[in-house]
Amino acid sequence: MNATQSAFDILLVDDNPADTDLTSEVLSRHGCRGEIHTVRDGVEALAFLRGQGKYAGGPAPQLVLLDLNMPRKDGRAVLAEVKSDPALRKIPVIVFTTSQSPRDITRSYELGANCYINKPGTLPEFVAAVTEFGNFWFRRAYLPHCNHEPL
Amino acid sequence: MSQNDVDILLVEDNQEDAELTVHALRRGNLANTLLHVRDGEEALEFLFCAGAFVHRSFEHPPKLILLDLKLPKVDGTEVLKRVKGDARTCTIPVVMMTSSREERDLLRSYNLGANSYIQKPVDFQRFLETVKTVGLYWLVINQPPVIAAQKARGQASS
Repeated sequence: MNATQSAFDILLVDDNPADTDLTSEVLSRHGCRGEIHTVRDGVEALAFLRGQGKYAGGPAPQLVLLDLNMPRKDGRAVLAEVKSDPALRKIPVIVFTTSQSPRDITRSYELGANCYINKPGTLPEFVAAVTEFGNFWFRRAYLPHCNHEPL
Repeated sequence: MSQNDVDILLVEDNQEDAELTVHALRRGNLANTLLHVRDGEEALEFLFCAGAFVHRSFEHPPKLILLDLKLPKVDGTEVLKRVKGDARTCTIPVVMMTSSREERDLLRSYNLGANSYIQKPVDFQRFLETVKTVGLYWLVINQPPVIAAQKARGQASS
């Protein structure tokens, strides 16, 4: 389980490169000591999490930051698949989206999202939200080890 | 404070840990609407509007449950299972706060749908900082689930 200070990998799933670039930068400045991986849609996200295709033998992230609205397969479908897969469901999934729709919020929790964060529209607020996210998940929370192989 | 106004449900049988938790949240102005219960049975009565809480409504869920693992009467794992297994309560964020160092407790909690898992630091100062970060993150940064009544209003206005 290992504590909070140890390095672990995080997967950012978002089709907006500006958002993932900024998120990566803030997270690496604020306590993320592992690798930050990025994929652009839900199909790639599931391949990455399952170590399939070009991701075979690759690292298994211990935390997923997931956008809701994406091409090919959206965040809701990814969440539903991850949380109903016995091998993946233990990985905390943080929904990070511009949507403030009550339907999206409630549906995300029903599907098993670990938390739901609104992506703020201004730069200072965006940086503050990602910083607080890092403070909690990197410094305080304990996460399961997630290997592609069963534990 | 009415039973329907509770934002944080703290389920903790250790008096010292409970006092420290409340103290840290109060410092961050986050403890105004906290209810502390001491065992899993009372927690379930609150969450399922039974016993002393029969007048509570499912329409006003807490924004956060801080749940110890080892509790009298009904343990934390059972409370977690019941909360996450019932459509009326499954969206409420549950953060496990425990002194357990067992990997299997952590895995079981996440597998049962715990929203996060925190080990209680032994050090006093670290305990305060941890609780404050937890409170800030879950009550201010995190968007809590929207209850049915609010949802209906939100959809009507959009």
